[in-house]
Amino acid sequence: MERTTIDLWVGIFAAAGMAAILGLAMKVGNLTSSSVGETYTVTAAFENIGGLKARAPVKSAGVVVGRVDGIRFDSKTFEAVVTLKLDKRYPFPTDTEANIYTAGLLGEQYVGLEIAGLEDSNLKEGDKIKRTQDAVVLEKMISQFLYSKAAETPTDASK
Amino acid sequence: MFSGLLTKVANVLRGIGHKLVDQLWRFGGAVRFSGYVLLYSGESFRRLHLTIREIYFTGVMSLIIILVSAFFVGMVLALQGYNTLQKYGSSEAIGVLVALSLVRELGPVVTALLFAGRAGTAITAEIGLMKATEQLSAMEMMAVSPIARVVAPRFWAGVISMPLLAALFSMVGVLGGYLVAVPLIGVDNGAFWSQMQANVDFREDIVNGVIKSVVFGVACTMIALFEGFDAPPTAEGVSRATTRTVVNSSLAVLALDFIMTSFMINP
Repeated sequence: MERTTIDLWVGIFAAAGMAAILGLAMKVGNLTSSSVGETYTVTAAFENIGGLKARAPVKSAGVVVGRVDGIRFDSKTFEAVVTLKLDKRYPFPTDTEANIYTAGLLGEQYVGLEIAGLEDSNLKEGDKIKRTQDAVVLEKMISQFLYSKAAETPTDASK
Repeated sequence: MFSGLLTKVANVLRGIGHKLVDQLWRFGGAVRFSGYVLLYSGESFRRLHLTIREIYFTGVMSLIIILVSAFFVGMVLALQGYNTLQKYGSSEAIGVLVALSLVRELGPVVTALLFAGRAGTAITAEIGLMKATEQLSAMEMMAVSPIARVVAPRFWAGVISMPLLAALFSMVGVLGGYLVAVPLIGVDNGAFWSQMQANVDFREDIVNGVIKSVVFGVACTMIALFEGFDAPPTAEGVSRATTRTVVNSSLAVLALDFIMTSFMINP
């Protein structure tokens, strides 16, 4: 075969391969919106984080506003310290509450930010979110439910 | 009686030792061969048209089989995945399932297996026949190094082609999965892509897939080249070498895949 034809086909092949890698990165991996953009870091301490993992989304009003950057255990306070990377475009007041929620019944866990709106100053780089709510542990919830049921049964029977 | 038994045991041991030394000798040859290929690689970039010609034969000519298999693999993944996922009421996760299995595992591995069957055998047979018809010796007579002229361009062509083929495989596989999941089964289009994009990570999944395919490319091409170069210069020798290329490449790919996955998947 002639050399120019071979060159052409190899060129097409290389371009298609590169396009496939780029397409995977953009369309499948969603590189464009996940990591780029300026962020600021805040921390929050939880007594129990349940199954929260690094890279889990941080949502406010259902919108993803950041990601969980890291999780470590503080051996002085015996709490889990979660580092959150939040998008610079979204400032939050200092009295924001961080909760750990579960997406769906058994889905992955994420951090939800709820705003009380009483304070005027906003969270800055390195700040700590003071008000937090732990993850709901299913076993704890069931045992609480059972205890409360057991407590109210005799009053029902005495009627 | 006793000494007869002793000689029998000694013969068995001698047989094992002979096999082992032979294998070690061959392995040493393979390592030396790889070293020479890398040493003469400069030549294959200085005379780029040789490498481009080989990319045409190993990469472009493998496109059809890779793309068609990718399409079918993607479609089957979507069908099978949907069948199981809908039992747990999470059929929207089909996009994640298809994309992750393709990008992490099936893309690089199946491409490498097909590549060994399609391009590796061709390389081995070609070089084996060149050796059998004494073309390689003729080159040496003319002071042209056969490793620089014949082997190194094929090596780099394989190493360049493999990641491109694997990326195309993953992309076409995702398209095949999309075609089955969205228009055929009726999974929601937005859920299919958004679940996929939320759960496929660029560094963790896509880059690791590309790393895998590069390693497989090196392994498959090097095995094919060495088997061809090492083949006894007879018709039978070349046919045996071709078989060994497919068997050894497939085993090497699967073993390397396990090792690399165990390093990549740990947190």
